[in-house]
Amino acid sequence: MGRAYHIDRAEVRIFYHYLLDESRVDNEIKRFMDAAEWIKEELRKAKESIPAELKDHVYVLDTHMLILSDHNFFDAVIDQIRIGHINAEWAVKKTVTKIQESFKKIEDDYLRERVLDIGQVGQRLLRVLLGSPSGSLKDIADKVIIVAHDLTPEDMTQIKANRVQGIITDIGGRTSHMAIMAQSLEIPAVVGLRRASEVIVTGDHLILDGGAGLVIINPDAETIQRYQERKVRFELYQEHVHGQSRLPAVTRDGQEISIMANLEMIAEAAAALDYGAEGVGLYRTEYHYLASAKLPQEDELFENYREVVESMKPRPVTIRTLDVGGDKVAGYMDMKPEANPVLGLRAIRFCLREPEIFKTQLRAILRASNYGWVKILFPMISSVSEMRAVKNIYHQVCQEMDRQQIPFDKSISLGIMIEIPSAVIMADALAKEVEFFSIGSNDLIQYTMAIDRVNEYVAHMYKPFHPAILRILHQLVKTSEQSGIKLSICGEMAGDPMCLPILLGLGITDLSMNAFSIPIIKQIIRETSYSESKEFFKRIFKCETSGQVNTLVFEHMSRILSRDLMNQIFNHPGSGDQSSS
Amino acid sequence: MADNPEQLEINKKLEVMNKVGLHARAAAKIALKSKEFKSQIIISKDGVSADGRSILDILTLNCPKGTYLEVRAKGEDAREVIEALTQLFNDKFEEE
Repeated sequence: MGRAYHIDRAEVRIFYHYLLDESRVDNEIKRFMDAAEWIKEELRKAKESIPAELKDHVYVLDTHMLILSDHNFFDAVIDQIRIGHINAEWAVKKTVTKIQESFKKIEDDYLRERVLDIGQVGQRLLRVLLGSPSGSLKDIADKVIIVAHDLTPEDMTQIKANRVQGIITDIGGRTSHMAIMAQSLEIPAVVGLRRASEVIVTGDHLILDGGAGLVIINPDAETIQRYQERKVRFELYQEHVHGQSRLPAVTRDGQEISIMANLEMIAEAAAALDYGAEGVGLYRTEYHYLASAKLPQEDELFENYREVVESMKPRPVTIRTLDVGGDKVAGYMDMKPEANPVLGLRAIRFCLREPEIFKTQLRAILRASNYGWVKILFPMISSVSEMRAVKNIYHQVCQEMDRQQIPFDKSISLGIMIEIPSAVIMADALAKEVEFFSIGSNDLIQYTMAIDRVNEYVAHMYKPFHPAILRILHQLVKTSEQSGIKLSICGEMAGDPMCLPILLGLGITDLSMNAFSIPIIKQIIRETSYSESKEFFKRIFKCETSGQVNTLVFEHMSRILSRDLMNQIFNHPGSGDQSSS
Repeated sequence: MADNPEQLEINKKLEVMNKVGLHARAAAKIALKSKEFKSQIIISKDGVSADGRSILDILTLNCPKGTYLEVRAKGEDAREVIEALTQLFNDKFEEE
């Protein structure tokens, strides 16, 4: 909520001049070159004084500088002036239009939006040529909502986050530079409203609802009050949810659910504890390998693992061994291009092929186990013989460490990531090999449905709510119960509010998720009944399509959860991904 | 070729490996890097050629992740050009 501050960025009107006098040609070219140089200088200044939050976006200013000096642009404008005998303004406009036309043919939303960058460079040039460089955003004194036809990256670098309450523009999309930069500054923005800058004038009272992409101009007293109440209520409830986050998660009928965090970097450990994680259910170790220029050494890995283990002590840390391959490859690994990388040499397959790399990591993990509670999780296990080969290497390493009298925890639990359908089918036999299973739902769904979820053509078919997924999970839960093996889940499903009734209904009571999902998941658990979830699961288990499951889940959640909680769920970044199915 | 360095010409196939492909950030990095050298730098995809110093050229090639590009450097510092660009591509343009 705030007052509008209108930035005049309407398109500049320009006129066509035919240069009758040959001597004026050089003059026009000079005008253009001076204008371009002046803007480049301004961009250089903006680059030097860029605020820390926007450091990652410096390239946007580079982009504009590069466009200005690009021969396709710079030389083309000069040619237009010289050959066409036209004024600089008209030459700029013609050139911009021509380049934009060639970009519009590209079938890629992200690239197509770069048309905007070229347009911005053009508009900027025209304003300078016409002697009306527009007002700077630096001077904004009061708290305002900025309303503009368009904002350049340079404008964005001048915005002070404590002054600007919101941004509204006529053009731009979700991936426009402006939207991306506003996100980094944590300023709510509604972009692409087409006529906002014509309709809104400075001083208008505005309500900006970033979540809904809605702007209300000069709302009546009743609406203002409603939004104010909504805001207060939303924030109070959010505080309540976060305040309770460190308490255990117990359902209404007394079932305790264990909530752990997935970590990728040590830096996340503090946040995980802050959010109330009861341990680390998945420590991904790839980051350290992929971020290094060469293969990390044992001591380096050990220090890293020890730090995580010590920071979580006395809570458990489940360390997953190296899961590289597929789309995660480090330069020094020298992996050959594969036709089907996700079906190829990845994770445990890579480690079994490179036993020295694997052994080094196991030694580092074992050494760290002396400093806290460590469990080891092996990714991508697809068969019993594979697991035996892994254990063989593991025992070799243990013996070696014993010989060298290096202390480690002798009773470490070993576990298997269940992410390949063959592991579900063979779960009874695999259960005899290890102490626990952890479901990697992302890959399990991908391999069960044969869907590459980053492939835009088929991604819509990736559905956690598919009856096939419910059945394969159900089978795994039953086999695990019969075999008496502990089962947990650490894939994205675990942190997705909409998936929670299904997981509880299946009887899965150990969840590991991104730390920021913990508060809301705990709150949902507190408003849920474990026995009702089991009854509910019996109903959705009969469904034959993901659409039916989807509808039933939504109905169920709306019925059992408070309205405040539903509001939080739909403002939660990781949720609702299934609602499109 | 080696005894006449000014005529040095090197070709190399490079793969676009970063998640979002050659969009503005990556294209800007290639153009800025190319400007550090003297050699002529041509980047082509399916027979369409782009000037390595032109961000607009590179963007219009439209290269999503997984695209293979032919990079040709011609001039005395061609070898350095190829080394620098290979590094940039392999580092996924320092994006991930």
